[in-house]
Amino acid sequence: MSAIPVTPLEDDDRPTPISSAPIPAAARPELALWVENLSVTFDGFKALTEVTLTLEKGELRCLIGPNGAGKTTLMDCITGKTRPDSGAVYLESRMNDLTKLSECRIAELGIGRKFQRPTVFQGHTVYENCELALAGKKGVFRTLFARLSAAERTRIDEILELIGLQDHAKRQAGLLAHGQKQWLEIGMLLAQAPSVLLIDEPIAGMTHAETERTAELLRSLAGAHTVVVVEHDMEFVRSIARRVTVLHQGKVLAEGPMAQIQKDPRVVEVYLGV
Amino acid sequence: MLLGGAALLIAVVIPLVAPDYLVPLLGKFLCFGIAALAMDLVWGYAGILSLGHGLFFALGGYGMGMYLMRVIAGEGVYRSNLPDFMVFLDWKQLPWYWHGFQSFPFAMVMSLVAPGVLALVFGWFMFRSRIRGVYLSIVTQALTYAATLFFFQNAAGFGGNNGLTDFKRILGASLHDPGTRKLLYVASAIALFGTYLLCRFVVTSRLGRVVTAVRDAELKTRFCGYESTNYKLFIWTLSAMLCALAGALYVPQVGIINPSEMQPSNSIEMAIWVAVGGRGTLGGAVLGAWLVNGGKSWLTAALPSAWLYALGALFVAVTLFLPDGLVGLGSKVGSKFRSKSLRPPT
Ligand SMILES: Nc1ncnc2c1ncn2[C@@H]1O[C@H](COP(=O)(O)OP(=O)(O)OP(=O)(O)O)[C@@H](O)[C@H]1O
Ligand SMILES: [Mg+2]
Repeated sequence: MSAIPVTPLEDDDRPTPISSAPIPAAARPELALWVENLSVTFDGFKALTEVTLTLEKGELRCLIGPNGAGKTTLMDCITGKTRPDSGAVYLESRMNDLTKLSECRIAELGIGRKFQRPTVFQGHTVYENCELALAGKKGVFRTLFARLSAAERTRIDEILELIGLQDHAKRQAGLLAHGQKQWLEIGMLLAQAPSVLLIDEPIAGMTHAETERTAELLRSLAGAHTVVVVEHDMEFVRSIARRVTVLHQGKVLAEGPMAQIQKDPRVVEVYLGV
Repeated sequence: MLLGGAALLIAVVIPLVAPDYLVPLLGKFLCFGIAALAMDLVWGYAGILSLGHGLFFALGGYGMGMYLMRVIAGEGVYRSNLPDFMVFLDWKQLPWYWHGFQSFPFAMVMSLVAPGVLALVFGWFMFRSRIRGVYLSIVTQALTYAATLFFFQNAAGFGGNNGLTDFKRILGASLHDPGTRKLLYVASAIALFGTYLLCRFVVTSRLGRVVTAVRDAELKTRFCGYESTNYKLFIWTLSAMLCALAGALYVPQVGIINPSEMQPSNSIEMAIWVAVGGRGTLGGAVLGAWLVNGGKSWLTAALPSAWLYALGALFVAVTLFLPDGLVGLGSKVGSKFRSKSLRPPT
C-alpha cells in the first residue's frame, strides 16, 4: 500500500470520459475502488441514478455538487449504511462487492469514513476515542482482554500530536469545540489506518489556519491512501483537488481536473455559478 | 481498600451480629444487589433498557427450585418419587426437562445456562432486527409477561401458580437451620463481590469502552469495524446470566419460587433500583437496590397499599430531579464542596 507512487499533478490534465468504456489494459491504472451503475431511491425519490465512478490507487478525489446532490448517499452506499437498489461497489477486486457486506466488514476491509456531522464517542476521552479506532482485530473476546501495546501507544501519541490534541488527551470528547471534534474524527480515521478514506465536509467549523492544515494533511495522505473528499468550500477544493467529480440530482454531471471543471458551462450553471 | 472493608463487613461481621430472623432478609438484599449490577451492566453501560430481567432472575430461581424439589424426592406429602404438585396432577412420570436436577452441580449449571441460552437467542433476534430504545423495552416486557402466563399453567410442569415450595434441604443441610441460612447469606455476599469484580473488569476493559461507544454512537462503532450486534449480545447475555445467579441464590433463602417473580412489575422495579442509585456506576446500582428494597420492606409493613404509589412517585422524582441518581448527586455535592474549600479566602 505504501509503495504506491504519488501521481504528479500535471499528469492529471488529460480529460477522461465518464463512460464506463473499457480502458486499454496497458494504460489501465490500478484501481482502488469502483462504483458501477449505482442507483438508490428513497420512497420513490431518486437519490442516485446509475452512478459510475472509478478511483485510482493513491488519488485524491473531490466530490462536489449542490445540496441534496447525493454525495453523502454515495458514501453511505460505499460504507454499507445504505443498500442500493441496483449496482455494485468493488474494492480492489471484483471479489468484494461492498453492497453485500456489513458496515463493520467493509471497515475491516480498509474503508474509513468521516461523517458530515462530526461524530466522536462523546462519553470517552480523546485518547480512548483513538484507542477504539485503532486498526486490529475487533472481535468481542479479543477486545475483552485487549491491552494497548507500546507500538500502539506511540501511534496514538503521534496521531494526537498530528491533530493538535495532545494536550487534550484526557478530555472528554463531548466537551471539545466543533473544529476539534472534526480533527479528532480525522485522527480516529488515521488510527484506523484504512486504505480508502471517505471524508465528508471536513472543514466545517474550522478556522482559516486549521483549514490550511487540513488541506496539507489530506494532500500528504494521498499517495499512500486513496482519499475522497466532499466539500462545498471551492477554495479548499481548489487547494487540494487533482480530479473533481460533480454530482447533480443523483447523477455524475462532470468529471475531470479542477481547472477544466471550473470552466464547464453545465457545472457553472448548476453549482459554481450560484 | 474501601471495597475490601465493605466486603469484610457485609460477608463476615453482619452474619455474626444480625439476629437470626433478619439474616434471610439481608441475604435477599444481597441477591437484589447482584441483579442490580446485572441491570446496570446492560442499561447503564450498554444503554439497553431491559424490562424483562425479572424473567432471567426467576428462571435462575426455578433452576434452584427444581434441585430443591428433586433432592427431597420421596419425602413429600404423598411419599412419591415425584414432586407433590405432579402427584396432585396425577402425573406418573417425571417430565424430561426435570431429569438431572437432583444433582446440585447440574442444577446450578442449568440455572445459569438455560436463561443464558434464552437471552442469547432472544437477544440475537432482537439486536439483529435493530430493535432498540422504547421498542426494546416493550418487547422485553412482553417476553417476561408471556413467560409468566406460561409458568402459570399447571401443564407447563413448574407447579403452576403455586410454583415450587416446601423445600427442606440444600446439599444435605436443613434450610430451617439458622446456620444454613448464615451460610447462604455468606455465599450470596461472596457472589455479590464476585459479580461486582467481574462487572468492574468488564466495564474497564476495552470491550467496556466499545459497549458504551455503541450506546452513544452505534453507527460510528460499526464504521470503526466493531460488529455492534455481537457486543450488545455479549453484555445482554452476561447480564441475564448474572441475574439468574441472583435468582438461584434468592430462592433457598425465601423458600419459594412462583410465576409472580417474573411478572412485569418486578422487572420495572429493577430498573428503578438502578435509576435511583445512578446508572453506569455499579456501586450506585447496588446502593439503589438496597435503599428501594429497604423502603419497600418498611412501607409494606407500615402501609401495605402505599407501596406501588410510592414506587411510582419515586420513579417520577428520580427521572425529574436526579437523572444521575444518588451517586450523581453525591459527586455533584462533593465537587461543589471541594471547589468551595479550595477557594482562597477573600
Ligand atoms: N435516509 C433517507 N431517507 C430519505 N431521503 C433521504 C435519505 N438520505 C438522503 N435522502 C435524500 O436524498 C437526497 C440526497 O441526499 P445527500 O445527503 O446524499 O445529499 P448531499 O449531496 O450529501 O447534500 P449536502 O451537500 O447537503 O450534504 C436528499 O434530497 C435527501 O433529502
Ligand atoms: Mg452530505
